[in-house]
Amino acid sequence: AVLKKRLVKLVVNFLFYFRTDEAEPIGALLLEQCRIIKEEENVFSISFIEEPERKYCFECDSKEQCQEWIEALKRASYEFMRRSLIFYRNEIQKMTGKDPLEQYGISEEARFQLGAHKQ
Amino acid sequence: MKLNERSLVFYATCNSPADNAGFLYKRGERHTAYHRRWFVLKGNMLFYFEERESREPVGVIVLEGCTVELCDSAEEFAFAIRFGGAKSRTYVLAAESQAAMESWVKSLSRASFDYMRLVVRELEKQLEEMRWGPDGGCRGCRQLPGSWKPKPLGPERSPERLPALPAILPKENGCAVWNNTPGVDRPPNTSSCSGDDGEVNSRPPPLPPRRRASSSEAGSAGAAAAESLSTFCRLHEQYGREVARLRQDWLERRRGPRP
Repeated sequence: AVLKKRLVKLVVNFLFYFRTDEAEPIGALLLEQCRIIKEEENVFSISFIEEPERKYCFECDSKEQCQEWIEALKRASYEFMRRSLIFYRNEIQKMTGKDPLEQYGISEEARFQLGAHKQ
Repeated sequence: MKLNERSLVFYATCNSPADNAGFLYKRGERHTAYHRRWFVLKGNMLFYFEERESREPVGVIVLEGCTVELCDSAEEFAFAIRFGGAKSRTYVLAAESQAAMESWVKSLSRASFDYMRLVVRELEKQLEEMRWGPDGGCRGCRQLPGSWKPKPLGPERSPERLPALPAILPKENGCAVWNNTPGVDRPPNTSSCSGDDGEVNSRPPPLPPRRRASSSEAGSAGAAAAESLSTFCRLHEQYGREVARLRQDWLERRRGPRP
């Protein structure tokens, strides 16, 4: 496989990649239902649950950079963020007896319910 | 621009929770006729299908940097999703009832990743203040390798609370937000957190490590250490169960029939 140098930008739950001299991205990966794995030294891969053999591999300049990206990408999904929120909400509720989302008027939002709206 | 379409389709149709779903009328781009479509909101992605039973969406709207507002239309219960940018399209949708319209406007206006992230940061901050005191006594401890990136916490410690529709901060967790103002730097920065494993991207969120291992803080750990250890053990057990369950789910999904 040929390695091509790309500028890579993580923006919300998308990983955009650009040719190094272009302003518009060539493509993007939506980072939901995916798995981030450290491959060999300085290399990580992104694969998606429905097609786990297909790996998008990225080689970094250093193992620190590689580690940084792995950690950032693991937290990049909306679903991860949602689980964090539900977790913190639950913890605060257990500690104070109050729902911290009430003050923002969003306690009833489907997206913040604790597993209630799993299909 | 290429997109991992197959993965998008999977995300749209898999059994991960939908934050809203229902029929809406969508106004065409060129011709102003409305077409009834089945809409599914997951996270910051609004998918629409030709029919409820369709196996693939016909389109998706990414809900970052948009505003959702009621709009004037011959069609009843109409609302619009507007994006900034000269070439951006405005999506005009219409619900089938007042209640449905209100429900959609509410869920769409809070669907962005940026919004979710803001709320998470706020709750994190509250939890931190509750556990460790409002002055964040061990703020020095947070500067550990493998901690959450401590920088954003400084400016955020101001007493202002989230307004009803929060403003978007330029950077969170070291990742650029979608809708940056021009001139703000958007490097592909990352937050530095520990955890070098090949787990599925569905672990429960780790709390930032506190009062741990920093040799300079060993003296001041004191009584808090005992508390943090029992808290840690409890959390460790919780995470363990959650991780085991999620892993099981994931393995079953891999092996099982497609949804």
